[in-house]
Amino acid sequence: MKKSAESAWPDEVHALLKSAGVRQVAIVPDAGHARLIKLCEKDKSMRVVRLTTEEEGVALLAGAWLGGEKGVLLMQSSGVGNCVNMLTLSIACQFPLLMLVTMRGDHGEFNPAQIPMGNATQAVFEAMGVIVKRADSADEVTEMVSSTMRLAFNTYRPVALLIGQRVSGAKDFRKLTRSVPQ
Amino acid sequence: MSKQIGKRLRRREVVKELLQNRGDSLVVSGLGAPTWDTTNAGDHELNFPLWGAMGGAAMVGLGLALAQPKKNVLVITGDGEMLMGLGALATIAVQAPRNLSIVVLDNERYGETGQQETHTGHGVDLAGMAKAAGIAHTLMVRTPAELSRLKKRMYAGEGAVFAQVKIDSEKLPLVLPPRDGSLLKNRFRAALLGPDAAHQ
Repeated sequence: MKKSAESAWPDEVHALLKSAGVRQVAIVPDAGHARLIKLCEKDKSMRVVRLTTEEEGVALLAGAWLGGEKGVLLMQSSGVGNCVNMLTLSIACQFPLLMLVTMRGDHGEFNPAQIPMGNATQAVFEAMGVIVKRADSADEVTEMVSSTMRLAFNTYRPVALLIGQRVSGAKDFRKLTRSVPQ
Repeated sequence: MSKQIGKRLRRREVVKELLQNRGDSLVVSGLGAPTWDTTNAGDHELNFPLWGAMGGAAMVGLGLALAQPKKNVLVITGDGEMLMGLGALATIAVQAPRNLSIVVLDNERYGETGQQETHTGHGVDLAGMAKAAGIAHTLMVRTPAELSRLKKRMYAGEGAVFAQVKIDSEKLPLVLPPRDGSLLKNRFRAALLGPDAAHQ
């Protein structure tokens, strides 16, 4: 069965990461990254490292690069705020750092608690000196991951790709809900 | 062998002892006094001394240990620094790297900012937390004999190892490594990976 663009990008991105020699995959899960995480977990050439908070991933991947390995940090936009001070490490030491961030608080958000961090994600990254790129449709994600990855590893700096909520679709809370018992 | 002041081990002697005959071990030190202690034991190209990134030392060690499974990786940090990144104990326990040791020099103080008390002086047991997280070998070290046991354990390659070393809260002159993070990173990678590291 031919995959639609919506569902094909995680497979393409996994293949891209693999061919670039990415070995350490640091994750705080997000629905938008679910398929990519599964593919990385199945891949014996990759080590998936479950984090308790996103800033652990910034430090982990600095260590990976010291040891000669490339990595990627997968997270949701809510986690970007957790990384702020740790990004000092990437910036002060010029560590390459590839971050793929699925957006919440973006296109069609339902949950008010997602809005403040989602709305601030790009500004927070940029305030710390991180280069930020965006992909807002499924058919551009792979190409943007490729160029973002090259920026990070070729120019030794933290770079983030924000994958818009339009790509994975906003979570439909109403479908998952039953009414509050009276 | 380290001497004690009263009941407490002395931090510079502890670190010197642990790093003596380190061979090709890779060392990450947490910001502040542990970085000065590590540098006091000898500036070394296979040291990566942190000047910031508080709460991140153990995780830098994990990334390095996973990338270099045949090398011993030693993280030397402080109680305040470790307290800021306790989640790392869970993350490291799940990865279970046999080549990683984390040594927390516990003076029960935030020494760089005016000797304010940390949680460990009020009963928080970091070694107990590491054990509960599932880290393979956890030790509380208070005496020279316990320090010798830690040293054997650290270089045995059967980790992960986590040790909480109770030390005196003495203030000592700073011993500074280079400050340029890029230099520290590049000299470490060149020493570990060879000249090709600059072309990765």
